[in-house]
Amino acid sequence: MDIDLLSNILYAMVRTGTPLLLVALGELVCEKSGVLNLGQEGMLLMGAVVGFVAALLSGSLMLGFLLAILAGVAMSLLFGLIALGFSANQVATGLALTIFGTGLSAFIGSEFVGKPIDGLDPIALPLLSEIPLIGKMLFAQDPVVYLSFALFIAVYWFFRSSRPGLVVKAVGENPHAANAIGLPVMRTRYLAVMFGGAMAGLAGGYLSIAYTPLWVENMSAGRGWIALALVVFASWKVERVLLGAWLFGLASILHLVFQGLGFSISSNLLAILPYAATILVLVLLSRNQIRARLLAPISLGKPFHASS
Amino acid sequence: MKRRQFNKLLTGIAAGIGLGTALLSGQVAAEEPLKIGFVYVGPIGDHGWSYQHDQGRLAVEEHFGDKVKTTYVENVPEGADAERVIRNLAQSGHELIFTTSFGFMNPTVKVAKQYPKVKFEHATGYKLSKNLATYIGKTYEGRYVAGYVASQMTKSNKIGYIASFPIPEVIRDINAVQLALNKYNPEAELKIIWVNSWFDPGKEADAANAMMDQGVDVILQHTDSPAAMQAAERRGKFAVGQASDMSGFGPNAHLLSVIDDWAPHYIAETQKVMDGSWESAPMVEGMAEGAIVIPSFNEAIPADVVAKAEELIAGIKDGSVHPFAGPINNQAGELKVAEGEVLSWEELEKMNWYVEGVNGELPK
Repeated sequence: MDIDLLSNILYAMVRTGTPLLLVALGELVCEKSGVLNLGQEGMLLMGAVVGFVAALLSGSLMLGFLLAILAGVAMSLLFGLIALGFSANQVATGLALTIFGTGLSAFIGSEFVGKPIDGLDPIALPLLSEIPLIGKMLFAQDPVVYLSFALFIAVYWFFRSSRPGLVVKAVGENPHAANAIGLPVMRTRYLAVMFGGAMAGLAGGYLSIAYTPLWVENMSAGRGWIALALVVFASWKVERVLLGAWLFGLASILHLVFQGLGFSISSNLLAILPYAATILVLVLLSRNQIRARLLAPISLGKPFHASS
Repeated sequence: MKRRQFNKLLTGIAAGIGLGTALLSGQVAAEEPLKIGFVYVGPIGDHGWSYQHDQGRLAVEEHFGDKVKTTYVENVPEGADAERVIRNLAQSGHELIFTTSFGFMNPTVKVAKQYPKVKFEHATGYKLSKNLATYIGKTYEGRYVAGYVASQMTKSNKIGYIASFPIPEVIRDINAVQLALNKYNPEAELKIIWVNSWFDPGKEADAANAMMDQGVDVILQHTDSPAAMQAAERRGKFAVGQASDMSGFGPNAHLLSVIDDWAPHYIAETQKVMDGSWESAPMVEGMAEGAIVIPSFNEAIPADVVAKAEELIAGIKDGSVHPFAGPINNQAGELKVAEGEVLSWEELEKMNWYVEGVNGELPK
């Protein structure tokens, strides 16, 4: 295996991991505030279809991404209204959001199947992209990938050293205590849910405008679910989300690369790697009950009533 | 599930409105139109398999006009749910019903038994009865021509093949391409990548990119999305479209597309039912019947290569060229088809071995 091939593999790993990273970062913030939104796949598809249609009709990729993000936010507000406003069961609401988003995106997109657009092109940064091995991986990507690096740093900093980050964590750990000391529980949760929606919408736009610039029904092919697993895999730690997203990205392209090189490893076996890894982490996490409880936000999935 | 109910609701509303206007205008059709039902496994928006079947349905409507009325149900899961959908169609007066996926076989057999007067046709299956016929396209004929063109267009002598699942249909088509390479450019190597999906644009693009990283410059695919075509376009390589015309996704990369054209079959079968001459039969249709079509060639292909490809197509049509004409060896070099013999459809139908020259093992 020569260095060019390795550098190509790393490049593809980051590209493949980017939609997972975006969705998982959004879901992480959402879950940190105590809200479990299983509607990622639906929001992803809505972002993809709206972004694609907007980019196609207006000819502006920028507008496409903007509307993709707005579509994600709109979907997440729908979730927020039902799960937070009416205190409905979050799991059921999230599942419904996925089914709704899958159907609605197919409905909106049916006229636009098979229409090509010129997708977002990679921009290789001069000099930096010439660095052997990691140059192409980090500095020859498209702008959304660069944005995902920035968003990762922002979320990392947010939880590590900002006050609003502390508020989100407090609300997720113990909403009643947070409420008692005057923190705005509901507003925090709404904002966290909307951030999750924006990230899923952006990831959807990335799929339909940059990654494979086309719209076809159900094009996310389960990436929303993988991102959900990824948050658990990362045991709610930001830096592990990045690591996990790229690892999942690597696992999903590695079996393609190996087959091309003629290694006789079962492609099915390699394809299940990300899922097997998630199960393994889940098992390891739940081995120790107390540690498991400390890792996940304690109020995750539980509705909050200010009166109680 | 949800969406189908929604569609049904829409159809219901549309039917209601239609009935209303018919009553208002006082029009009564002179003759009842022939009702034809179509059951699709995927969304008609897949731009591949189900899309092509729906194009066939639209062709029937256009050809017969008021004399037919077609209904389709998309996104039908293979299994018990399919039986309910097919029975609904039979019950609501459809006289000819096409079920267009392999997994609809047993449900179709069951419903066909209960409605002996309704005619059923099942695509890609092998079970027949008095009122149940089968039909399938010989995609390997188109694939053989694509293999020839690829063998002439590759500069790196590396050709990529994105494969879905190791079932006879896919193995048959890989073999057809390899046989074309063996004959027209034995230096060329076929790299096969299994993606274990019929439809995952992201993965198909990843596979295409992984191949191109390894020097492949012509990509063939047996998966349904145009993502590989786009990936080839972006990197200035060539690709062959599958199932429907994919030239729009890569004007420069698109060498040709091998298209399933179901329109002639659907029109012919509808006509037979109208004439009362319909009979159950296993129908295998290829280029000669117009079921497999290569509508255009890229201008970048040299004229002599196009001429030879046209010659192959003509030969396949008149029977003088057969992709699976002997001598053919298997991977181990054992003679499977002797000189002067041709693999019969019965053998092709359950093909589970690679021909000589294919690299790698057949996944189990």
